[in-house]
Amino acid sequence: MAMSSVQLSPPRSRSVGSLLLMGLAYLLLVLTAVSMIFPFYWMAATSLKTEARVFAFPPEWIPSPAILDNYIYIFTELPFGLYVYNSLKVSMLWTLGVVLSSSLAAYAFARIRFRGRDALFMITLAALMIPGQITMIPLYVVMTRIGWVDTQLPLIVPAYFGSAFGIFLLRQYFMTIPQELNDAAKIDGCSHFGIYWRIMLPLAKAVLATLALLAFMGSWNDLLGPIIYLYDGDLFTLPLALTRFRGQYYTQWAYMMSGATVSLVPILLVFLFTQQYFVRGVVLSGLKG
Amino acid sequence: MSTTTSAEDKRGAWSPRRRIELSRGTRLLNNEHVIGYLFVAPLILGLLVFTYGPVVAAFGLSFTKGDYISTPKWIGLDNYSALLREDLFWKSLKNTLYYVVGVVPAGMVLSLLLALAMNQKLRGIVVFRTIFFLPTITSSVAISLMWLWIYNPEFGVLNFLLKQFSIKGPAWLSSPTWAMPAVIIMAIWRGLGYNMLIYLAGLQGIPDIYYEAAEIDGAGKFAKFWHITVPLLSPTTFLLLILGMIGAFQVFEYTYVMTGGGPVYSTLTLVLHIYNNAFRNFQMGYASALAYVLFFILLGLTIIQFRLQNRWVHYE
Repeated sequence: MAMSSVQLSPPRSRSVGSLLLMGLAYLLLVLTAVSMIFPFYWMAATSLKTEARVFAFPPEWIPSPAILDNYIYIFTELPFGLYVYNSLKVSMLWTLGVVLSSSLAAYAFARIRFRGRDALFMITLAALMIPGQITMIPLYVVMTRIGWVDTQLPLIVPAYFGSAFGIFLLRQYFMTIPQELNDAAKIDGCSHFGIYWRIMLPLAKAVLATLALLAFMGSWNDLLGPIIYLYDGDLFTLPLALTRFRGQYYTQWAYMMSGATVSLVPILLVFLFTQQYFVRGVVLSGLKG
Repeated sequence: MSTTTSAEDKRGAWSPRRRIELSRGTRLLNNEHVIGYLFVAPLILGLLVFTYGPVVAAFGLSFTKGDYISTPKWIGLDNYSALLREDLFWKSLKNTLYYVVGVVPAGMVLSLLLALAMNQKLRGIVVFRTIFFLPTITSSVAISLMWLWIYNPEFGVLNFLLKQFSIKGPAWLSSPTWAMPAVIIMAIWRGLGYNMLIYLAGLQGIPDIYYEAAEIDGAGKFAKFWHITVPLLSPTTFLLLILGMIGAFQVFEYTYVMTGGGPVYSTLTLVLHIYNNAFRNFQMGYASALAYVLFFILLGLTIIQFRLQNRWVHYE
């Protein structure tokens, strides 16, 4: 019984069939990985060519010469630096809001006993199921009435009023922190807010980082919000600015590709350095059942 | 005494002992309830203003006609009946269904294959995972522009590669027949990493003893896959199906950026149609009605899926 299961495992991986399977698996993975990387490479390569060489046929696989002129153009003739700044500003402010408001509410749901708490939590979760297309129209009306259209405010302020997903994520985590810590702090005379600020938040760093990443990514990549609320070019964020490269008759591919590459770099860097949090966060957002 | 379970807490909150504690000179600011509400005040406000308020408002708006300046005029069910008679609505619905059916099943099957491959304990898994995740973290706009260039009929890489195999590539995004398939292919490509990751998590959650028991019974690789992996993976499959379906139904950015709904409305998706009506034609009443139709479709499909799950989803 115990002996037979020990004998079963190791020798199998040496069989020809298993090696073949592993080979196939590797092949599949490598082919897919190449197909994943290639479009990115091609985008970057195109951005390093002159407009003329972009249309070379057969295509020039490795740009030579590789020039940075396109990047210089979009940062000098076009206010791409401004767009990057706008995106950074909006996304960072948004992320801050999400983390703050979600952690506050999550702490209350996890550790404070107040009337209607669980019902409110259910209502918060239910909000996750509402498609954005329903809320966007009345919200636009409201924003028009209070004069927030053509500002970045609609893209920032809502974050400070709670994010259902963030609240769910953090509450689950807070509930795993031992109650004794709370009680010990209370005995020492700590208020709820003190516990929240000095104990819960520091302990939740990993989850907070995950949430921050997801919030940042969501805001950085958002197109619909900027499309409907931003009219003044000076306020544009990167996704919106990128759509402007597409002319009706003529598209400036080289500039467009360099713009797209620029929009990728920050999020790519953040991703490479915080991979594990990213992956965990995205998986959690899917596994919220 | 300090570590009570939540069940005890519920009872204890209003027990005589607790009530005495609360009323014994506890100032208002130290009242648990008040503090709790202070903590969630922003949330409550947010839920009212940014979520449930608009939900109700949109419902009301769907029975009116108006732009954003003048006062809405009540027209009853006119929006809904107009919607049912509008060719573009049905076209957008058909296109969206085409998209969903094209993207979700194929994407899930491919992701499952990838997850199975990743699960083989090969070396360099982290590298693969990073690469597969790149499209997921990239903005839809950047992805759309990237592929717009790849799909270019004369100078794009795709048609060039096809030419090497003596295939004359179609006009892709300029062709009414091929535009949607082009978007579908790109969408599948983009979703692979994410779906694969979730499938991988599901795969790794299947205990080895099941496989070992099957081996003892003489099961081959395929039998093991079909009778153990697939059934035990069905909760994950169900999750991905629901998420994928809901997400795919709301496709907007790809079609907005790449084709604007054309050519000849072949890529006009439901959300794009809603957007056009809301922010190009300024018909907020009609657009709200469209949005609610989308909502009910999604709700109905989700309910159907949940009912059907008893037939094929195995929970342990």
